[in-house]
Amino acid sequence: MLYRETGQFKISYAADQSVFPISQDRWFVSVVIAVAFFVVPVLASEYLLQAVMIPLLIFSLAAIGLNLLVGYAGQLSLGTGGFMAVGAYMTYKLTTAFPDINIIIVFLLAGLIAAFVGLIFGIPSLRIKGFYLAVATLASQFFLLWMFNKVAWFYNYNSSGTITAPPREMFGVIITGPMASAEIRYLVTLCIVIIFAFIAKNLVRGRLGRSWMAVRDMDIAAEIIGIRPFQTKLIAFAVSSFYCGLSGAMMVFLWLGSAETEAFSINESFNVLFMIIIGGLGSILGSFLGATFIVGLPILLTNAPQMVGLSMPIDMQKHIEIMLFGSLIIFFLIVEPHGLARLWQILKEKLRLWPFPY
Amino acid sequence: MEIINFLNLVFVAPIEDMVFYPIFFTEVVISGLLTGIMYSLVALGFVLIFKASGVFNFAQGAMVLFAALNLVGFIEQGFPIWLALVLAIVVMIILAFLIERFMLRYLINQEDIILFMATIGLTFFLQGFGEMLWGSNVKPLDLGIPNQSFEVGGVLLNEFDLFAAGSGAILVGVLAVFFHYTRIGRALRAVADDHQAAMAVGIPLKTIWIIVWSVAGFVGLVAGIMWGAKSGVQFSLSLIALKALPVLILGGFTSVPGAIVGGLIIGVGEKIAEIYWGPLVGGAIENWFAYVLALAFLLFRPQGLFGERIIERV
Repeated sequence: MLYRETGQFKISYAADQSVFPISQDRWFVSVVIAVAFFVVPVLASEYLLQAVMIPLLIFSLAAIGLNLLVGYAGQLSLGTGGFMAVGAYMTYKLTTAFPDINIIIVFLLAGLIAAFVGLIFGIPSLRIKGFYLAVATLASQFFLLWMFNKVAWFYNYNSSGTITAPPREMFGVIITGPMASAEIRYLVTLCIVIIFAFIAKNLVRGRLGRSWMAVRDMDIAAEIIGIRPFQTKLIAFAVSSFYCGLSGAMMVFLWLGSAETEAFSINESFNVLFMIIIGGLGSILGSFLGATFIVGLPILLTNAPQMVGLSMPIDMQKHIEIMLFGSLIIFFLIVEPHGLARLWQILKEKLRLWPFPY
Repeated sequence: MEIINFLNLVFVAPIEDMVFYPIFFTEVVISGLLTGIMYSLVALGFVLIFKASGVFNFAQGAMVLFAALNLVGFIEQGFPIWLALVLAIVVMIILAFLIERFMLRYLINQEDIILFMATIGLTFFLQGFGEMLWGSNVKPLDLGIPNQSFEVGGVLLNEFDLFAAGSGAILVGVLAVFFHYTRIGRALRAVADDHQAAMAVGIPLKTIWIIVWSVAGFVGLVAGIMWGAKSGVQFSLSLIALKALPVLILGGFTSVPGAIVGGLIIGVGEKIAEIYWGPLVGGAIENWFAYVLALAFLLFRPQGLFGERIIERV
């Protein structure tokens, strides 16, 4: 009754090919975006924005990037952290060298550099597949982090070896650095994430996305029907690294404020991979859901003992937290290996028949 | 001039060093070989599980840590060493049983990546659990292994390294015999070859998995003892899994000899690169050098040195 496409007739090809063909979907997404823009910044506290909402959005973007590569193009990669580091360090270099360029443009340029780096590290994917490729991409992770650690040029020869977000303003409002308010940073992040989520959504519906999926399903067959696997895979690596680089840049400049290479360690790569697996491979929505789960779960686990009035030593709690995190992930993989996006799908199917399922 | 100087530094000077100081070079190679065996020990656990169940078990590193923590924990509780060893092995067998019962059983027929992620979840669990039981500070592990250096023909050797190499060799030998000449070993090889065919001839898959994970746990324990005795039992032990990965892709996921040879190549390559070329780029290259080395190999042999040939059909 609530969710049914009956009676929604399409009278043009454009309408038939729209991103959300069902009007309920359109309404739902519009409402979610409106709430995110107007309600959340007003109601949410500084802590909620800084600790939950901003990382959630930033990791969603990284997850979308990795999902394009793993979920759509089928190339398993563990180098996400490295590409995020490229975005962050390049933004830092560019914005300290050219302070007058708008920071958003700098983000995009850094993303392009990350895309180029991704292109280079994607080259082995022509010959190597599956877990061999996954381990090979670890080379990029370790090499890039080592490089950003060792080569002082990347952090402008400062003694601490960290990169710090300098204050940059846009339309007269400071949006990065310690002076920027959480609301502003949240809104900027939200804008970028929505735009790029929309681009990704369109990308995977088009020619490129289809050729990615063909390569994912069977690359030899894809080659036979006229898709060039090498180019397709390389573009997937480049686009994915662009997204990851962008989110890495936003991570330092709009969220953390300053970072060392430690912030982009192998654990980040695994976390982003968890997000897309738990959210759902090959689903843009799933990337958001997975990011919500992985960002939210540790916060929940940290705060849960206080909520139920339990107190325990801090290191004990930390260990239990890790244990629970691990076992919940296993549990989740067992219960729904296709991810949260699949649950959403099932819910929609059920809703279409509700309240008369027969 | 600059360029010639650079070429000299990169290509000539290190080679000169190697040729003119052969004893030092031999020492570097030998210490590389010995470290390589330690890597092989970890990689071996991966290979066993991958062969028998097709699971890329990222938790092997955590199993090494967990086994070593248990051993040290039991010794600290006042058990004699032999009893602590037995208990640690028993714990690993129980762990294998639990993993099969609560994890693998429900994940049969899932995609590889799902199983892989599940083992990463297992890694978190084991790290948390082990440290919750036994605390998170660094624990020395002293099993009375001699640790003196001595000279053979001018080359400095360390007794402990030789001991580690020896036990590694024995372990590999025992495993080879176990795989080839026992009933269970034959069943393991059958399962590795084809799950369904193995089940069809009546090999119980679940039992086999428990055995394989127990054996991997035992290998993990041996690796844990060696690494633990070298650098203390601590959290960073679980990170040597990351060291074993390039060994794996170099040797091939499915090959026991591959794990050994791969480990040796990585160990030697890493040491030589670190000592002769490391200073040129600021050192600490061992984190990624192994990966790049393995990558270079893979470009020519995508299935690793000894991996099964990849045949693709449309």
